[in-house]
Amino acid sequence: MEFLKRLFGVGSEGSGAKAKDRLRIVLIHDRTDISPQLLDSLREEIVSVLSKYMDIDNDKIEIDLDRDEKAVALVANIPVLRIKRGNVEMKD
Amino acid sequence: MPARVIVITSGKGGVGKTTSTANIAAALAKFGKKVVAVDADVGLRNLDVIMGLENRVVFNFIDVIEQTCKLNQALVKDKRVPGLYLLPAAQTRTKDAVNPEQMIALCEELKPEFDFILLDCPAGIEGGFKNAAAGAEEALVVTTPEIPAVRDADRIIGMLESMGKSPIRLIINRLRPNMVQDGDMLAKDDILDVLSIDLIGVVPEDESVTRLFKYS
Repeated sequence: MEFLKRLFGVGSEGSGAKAKDRLRIVLIHDRTDISPQLLDSLREEIVSVLSKYMDIDNDKIEIDLDRDEKAVALVANIPVLRIKRGNVEMKD
Repeated sequence: MPARVIVITSGKGGVGKTTSTANIAAALAKFGKKVVAVDADVGLRNLDVIMGLENRVVFNFIDVIEQTCKLNQALVKDKRVPGLYLLPAAQTRTKDAVNPEQMIALCEELKPEFDFILLDCPAGIEGGFKNAAAGAEEALVVTTPEIPAVRDADRIIGMLESMGKSPIRLIINRLRPNMVQDGDMLAKDDILDVLSIDLIGVVPEDESVTRLFKYS
């Protein structure tokens, strides 16, 4: 069977190349896997930084990792109610 | 000079940690180094069998930690290769019989006596791995050219890095060169690409290893 496949060039991509692609995708996901606790603490810190500059709608914040085949992105949707103008103390 | 302490680990089971440990230990001893191979797989010990020393095990390193015996009583000297020793694991205990602090203390006790201390780590990422890794400064990660093994190796490398182990180096075991050539197996460079750590060696698949174990 293997011999026939090779002879006629069917399924020309070897299983090694397929394995490499699958491995790469699995590792992209594994390496960006985040625990709910870590995501919560990330969320708290983002909110605390943003709150210095603007009022944000705490109930409607969405922060999550968006994954596709090739890449992973941190996607945050944070509704802004009002920018704090002039009353923010700027520190170095 | 105090010993280099190296943990041999993989995450996944069955990729050849124990066999690698035994062979590296024997090779170093043949180079004239004084080497102890420590079986850190408490409850599922096998390094004694792989080294062919199972009939000479009297005490184990848990006995040493619990001060049931002296360190020298637990060490099994390999009579075939001068300078090669085994420190067996307890077979009737579990991984919680030892903690990382005790493992570090044990390695400290061994250090002045040896050039190399090789810790054969159990599979998994739980207590047994953490115990074995605690005592070591360096790590050797064993993998095979298969997705599950490389994936687990990646996870283990991440954990070893966060524990501050350095250097962390790779062994690719059971590679079939003709399958790689035909494009039917992950190649050495594919694995190095994704894991990006230094390689110390590739071990080709060899049936005689399986045969040896059957009759060892």
